[in-house]
Amino acid sequence: MSDAAATSSRTIRGLLGATRGTNGRLHWTDVFTYMYLGFGVLLMFGPVIWLVLSSFKTSSALLEFPPTFLPLGQIEIQVEGYDDPLPLFEATLEDGSVKQLAQVRRIGIMSQMVDPENPGETIQVPINRRTEVREFRMALENYRDPLERFDFTRYLYNSVVVTVVATLVTLLINSMAAYGLAIYEFRGRAAIMLLVIGTLMIPITVILVPVYLVVTSMGMINSLWAVILPGAATPTGVFLLRQYMLTIPRDLIEAARMDKASEWAIYWKVVLPLAMPAMAVLAIFSIMWRWNDFLWPLIVLNRSEVYTLQVGLNAFQGELDVQWHYILAMTVVTLIPVTLVFAFLQKFITTGIASSGMK
Amino acid sequence: MAQQSDQTTGDRLASLAGAPVRLLFRALDPLFTAIQRGIGTKRMPWIFLLPNLVFFGLFVILPLFINFFYSLTGGTQLYLTDRPFIGTEQYGYLLDCEAFTDPQTCREDRFWKGIYNTLVFIFFQVTFMVLFSLITALILNREIRARGFFRAVFFFPVLLSPVVVALIWKWILLRDGILNAFLVSIGLDKILFFVSPEWSMFWAIFVSIWAHMGFYTLILLAGLQAIPPDLYEAAEMDGTSKERVFWRITLPLLWPNMLVVIVLALIKGVQIFDEVFVLTGGGPGTATQFIVQYIYNTGFTNQVQNFGLASAASVVLGVALFVLTMAQLAATRRKDDV
Repeated sequence: MSDAAATSSRTIRGLLGATRGTNGRLHWTDVFTYMYLGFGVLLMFGPVIWLVLSSFKTSSALLEFPPTFLPLGQIEIQVEGYDDPLPLFEATLEDGSVKQLAQVRRIGIMSQMVDPENPGETIQVPINRRTEVREFRMALENYRDPLERFDFTRYLYNSVVVTVVATLVTLLINSMAAYGLAIYEFRGRAAIMLLVIGTLMIPITVILVPVYLVVTSMGMINSLWAVILPGAATPTGVFLLRQYMLTIPRDLIEAARMDKASEWAIYWKVVLPLAMPAMAVLAIFSIMWRWNDFLWPLIVLNRSEVYTLQVGLNAFQGELDVQWHYILAMTVVTLIPVTLVFAFLQKFITTGIASSGMK
Repeated sequence: MAQQSDQTTGDRLASLAGAPVRLLFRALDPLFTAIQRGIGTKRMPWIFLLPNLVFFGLFVILPLFINFFYSLTGGTQLYLTDRPFIGTEQYGYLLDCEAFTDPQTCREDRFWKGIYNTLVFIFFQVTFMVLFSLITALILNREIRARGFFRAVFFFPVLLSPVVVALIWKWILLRDGILNAFLVSIGLDKILFFVSPEWSMFWAIFVSIWAHMGFYTLILLAGLQAIPPDLYEAAEMDGTSKERVFWRITLPLLWPNMLVVIVLALIKGVQIFDEVFVLTGGGPGTATQFIVQYIYNTGFTNQVQNFGLASAASVVLGVALFVLTMAQLAATRRKDDV
């Protein structure tokens, strides 16, 4: 008997996950935990799912209130004797019966309808006595149109160029600096480290105007370089890489020197390959920073042909006649790369943040 | 077996991507070897530091000095040499208030409105951010099912761009949005959120917490996991109550991480701009216009680009951030001591 009770309590615990409650009973904190988590999933993930679902709705479906959950489109059917496909409605007839009818045309508040099974005669139905028959349908034109007709392909291209080039430049110059600071003992190293840590504290928001001046005098306004270059020397990156390179055994470097390797060769053949895990973390961070960057590009990119996705999206949503069906679709396009990176590299990102306290 | 083949595919991909990189490094080899021969191995670290230092100098150090000089000049010209020196006039203009508690009485009322809005914002945002991050971290630290999944869910919004975050919520909060549909379905009236100053501020705070909470949760979770489990075991053996364990063990040992989280959230909060700018545009009126948006508007969007005034405001912001960063350093040092 007691054996059976123990087994059942074990299975209950197995079902609900390991709990802090004793004897399989749920402590109130366990109930609270799962309620909190359930609500959390809804609150954190729900808005993103709602965005994705909405992005597949037609512009007219988006105007509906209350909104439907899934993207729906009205069914259109081919009726004998009519060239174009006709929209299908569910109509309540005068005798009270409900029938699926296709609408031929609408005149004022009356709708001229036809029974698909009996196309010969037309039936008059008041428009308030009919409802659309709809099916699940995704409005892919929301995605196609902005990419084909508007400049979004251009924005996408600009964003990719900025992200890739900036990340490569960042990786190269930051790893060089980190190598210099980690491997060598030289006068002035402490001062440079102080400088690096000091610049960690200076966000771009504090020096917007003078950086704008520097970028303007270099003739880079409205070019992608104005976005790529100012943030390339990241103190975060130098710091992260240096800390990692400090753990590389000195014997390896001494051995390479014995073999008459040049300092440059030691950097890229010995140290860089060993620092790859830290480089990967910096690469992921850099991709996130650049892809999501907004304020600085907003300031230096003033012409549509150099907009990045973020700036383009903002310009698009700021227009008087907001075309939400396009905005939603392009928002989804903007979040796809980040989501992919997250899905595959979550471990890297979370350990990177937890160990460096930076993002 | 499958993993092994994955590994080799991954390696092959890596070496394929690495090929042009290796080619580049090899091509640079003769150049750097020549430099090394020319200046000697001892000076080589400076060569490695050079590119980064040039970038730092050009885009951080130099601007820092220019910023200060800018704030002492007037006029509308961009280049410093074209601008007349006016001393501390910009600061005088910014700080000219009859009563500092009321932005209306200030000559530059938008600046003060920005400061007051920012103070209100960071007070509520940081308080609730820390509170919810702590609760979430405590819950994720329990022995729950699918912990990895839940952790990922709470962390995901951190990676989204501010523009995406703002548009997601704008879409939900519109007049005919899903939130209003919900309100109507439970018998309430629609609310025009972005017409009301209070609601706009509420959603600005809510959305920024939503977007950044996962980051702080992660730091607190790392702190919780670093607490030695034998402390809890000892407490359990002594029959200590859960509440007591929390107040006497968990919270004191987590406190260094809490400090870091609070100061980091303050530093980020003072600089709030992106997501609120896209969400509310600073409106209605100036109800959600913060200090960074004031700088942006003054320097870059107004008809007359007032770079001097924007710089002076940046210097004020910079001083505030400097104080906060010093606090952060102190907090981090305490953390390392423990």
